[in-house]
Amino acid sequence: MSLILVLLLPLIAVLLSLLPLEKRFAPIITLTTQFTIFVLAVCMSLQVSTGRPVIALANWIELDGLSALVLLLVTFVGLTAALFSWGYIFAHEKVARRIRSYYAQFNLFVFALVAVPVLVEPAFVWIAVEFTAMFSVLLVAYGNTREALEAAWKYIVLMFIGAVIALLGFLILFWAQKNAGGGLYTWDGLRLSAKHMSPVLLKTAFLLILIGFGTKVGFVPLHTWLPDAHSQAPAPVCSLLSAVKTTVALYAILRLLPLLPAAPIDIWMQTIGLISVGVAAFLLLQVRDYKRLFAYSTVEHMGIIFVAAGMGGKAGSYGALMQMLSHGLTKSFCFLSTGAILLVFGTREIGKIRGLLRASPIAGVALLFGALAIGGAPPFAVFLSEFSIFRTGVAQHHYLVTALLIIFITVAFFGILRHVNQMVFGKVEQSATLVHGTIPFSCTLALALAAIPVIVFGVYEPAPLHKLLTLAVSNLTGGVSP
Amino acid sequence: MAYPEVLPWLQSLNALAGGFFLLCAFGLVAVRQAQNCLRLFIAQSLFLCLSAFMLGILLHSRDLIAVGVIDFISKPVIIPWLLRRTVGGEVHTRREITQVFNIPTSLLIALALTIGAYLFAMPLLQAGNAGKLIGSNLPIGLAGLLIGAFTVAVRREAVPMVFGLICMENSAFFAGIAIAPDFPLIAEVSIAFDVLILTFIVGLLTRAVHRQIGTTAVGALTTLREAEKL
Repeated sequence: MSLILVLLLPLIAVLLSLLPLEKRFAPIITLTTQFTIFVLAVCMSLQVSTGRPVIALANWIELDGLSALVLLLVTFVGLTAALFSWGYIFAHEKVARRIRSYYAQFNLFVFALVAVPVLVEPAFVWIAVEFTAMFSVLLVAYGNTREALEAAWKYIVLMFIGAVIALLGFLILFWAQKNAGGGLYTWDGLRLSAKHMSPVLLKTAFLLILIGFGTKVGFVPLHTWLPDAHSQAPAPVCSLLSAVKTTVALYAILRLLPLLPAAPIDIWMQTIGLISVGVAAFLLLQVRDYKRLFAYSTVEHMGIIFVAAGMGGKAGSYGALMQMLSHGLTKSFCFLSTGAILLVFGTREIGKIRGLLRASPIAGVALLFGALAIGGAPPFAVFLSEFSIFRTGVAQHHYLVTALLIIFITVAFFGILRHVNQMVFGKVEQSATLVHGTIPFSCTLALALAAIPVIVFGVYEPAPLHKLLTLAVSNLTGGVSP
Repeated sequence: MAYPEVLPWLQSLNALAGGFFLLCAFGLVAVRQAQNCLRLFIAQSLFLCLSAFMLGILLHSRDLIAVGVIDFISKPVIIPWLLRRTVGGEVHTRREITQVFNIPTSLLIALALTIGAYLFAMPLLQAGNAGKLIGSNLPIGLAGLLIGAFTVAVRREAVPMVFGLICMENSAFFAGIAIAPDFPLIAEVSIAFDVLILTFIVGLLTRAVHRQIGTTAVGALTTLREAEKL
């Protein structure tokens, strides 16, 4: 029942948000919904971590270790984004109709994001992943400027092309399973039939899904929508796009790994991942917009996760999943901090911002904290996951891959810190006009809430989370679902 | 099947529908007016429906007949109506629309893509022990998908780009009805719904772009073109 509620509540919130009532009604409904589904996700994840699966509709809506992990991430980021939206949207938007429209689309977007991990039928997962894009296009275009429309146009075109390519992949996968004697078309059903499937059909299906959903993940060279969309969308939407929308598409790709033979898929994955990390690391050196800076950092991190997953084995998968979780939590914090800066300075240009720490200590500290955390400095969560990936690389004798990864991550770290250093320290330029002197309380609260797991998971891994990660690893390496 | 003698006829009719389906994809690359793009798109969707009906009869699949009906309602009827409601007269414009390459070059590239699609499909057909039906639908679907992607890449106007996108989806379906006739019907309905959402959103965006820059030539939107270069 809880699992069905997690799916239904955002849909109900969509309808309620559209009611022409008091201006605060839609944000209250959204926040309540996000909080409720987060609590439900925590309860169900605790159950899954004890080895008892959550099955709402057998072979349709289920929750195993890997999907529980993704669901937790989605609902937590949804909660912080909803809380941040409260102050952010009221500060930017006065028209009640547009506020209602924002929250209705926000809830619709969260509904699609939640649907991806809880559905176990690949055809429906495809639809859910596609809906995550369709329901977020108008949020990207929310600014209604020439740039926002350009970003939204590029976004929808690339997302749809990717979706159609992936659809063909899923159709071929279905064909391969039918030729192998049939079976249930679910993640587990496919895993059981995989050894009887034609390798040519299986690899072709994987390749098409990789290209299709790779566009949604933002792998280079299919990443071009990502910096544009992130530079234009409202900050809480960026937080969802970057931290979870890319992650759920990656989740759908990773779900196919147990079906495939290790070679040559591992080499493909490591190569694609390394290209993404390398290109993004050098591109983020040159950005002039701080939201684009963090968008390139997302491309880099998606690459890191893919390299780790490509290393294979339990250690590689553990590193990949840790990185997926820590990146999602940290990146959502980073984008919320960019929203705080935008509230204060009203500009996205790095060159126009000096002395952020003096102009707004909260935004300054948040940006510095976010930059250090996402760059991989200790003692934050990303440091721990990246270190675990390096250790796996060395242990599995992937010396070249590990060395390149370390170089690219170091370049990215200095790239991020160079830009952030320029913005945070120094004196506020006299020509600069501050749009808002103070950051709304809900935004500060959202930043504080989002910072908690970034710090805690850097120094401590709670036992249920460790158990969940272990179960998720077994899902990735072909083990039986809990 | 009550009349086994009609089976070869139905197979031939399906292959013929495939040929016309591909021809419509070529037309989308070549025509000069948005109105003709719309007509070709409607024709292509009708050939897709025809193929779904033929395969439904040949494979005794009610799902495929249902897919044909859904496509018949959604694509030739609802999508043009949705576009007219959102984009307005731009759908029926008779003025010339520009594209990046000239028409002979575009057609040659489309031809190369078709040959590529056939070469790509051959090992799949062998691996899947495909019969005549899949043998005609899969390569045509792949070719249509590539030509649709090419149309999106070379067109600069919003409306022909949308038809390029839906041509891709039509093509994936054209292959899908042959290789996966038992694909869950509810998934097929959702995919059709997805295309309607795409059309609606693209229509809204096109109208907003028209308000901003006075034209639907989305190719003119280049402000965000990447500042960062390697």
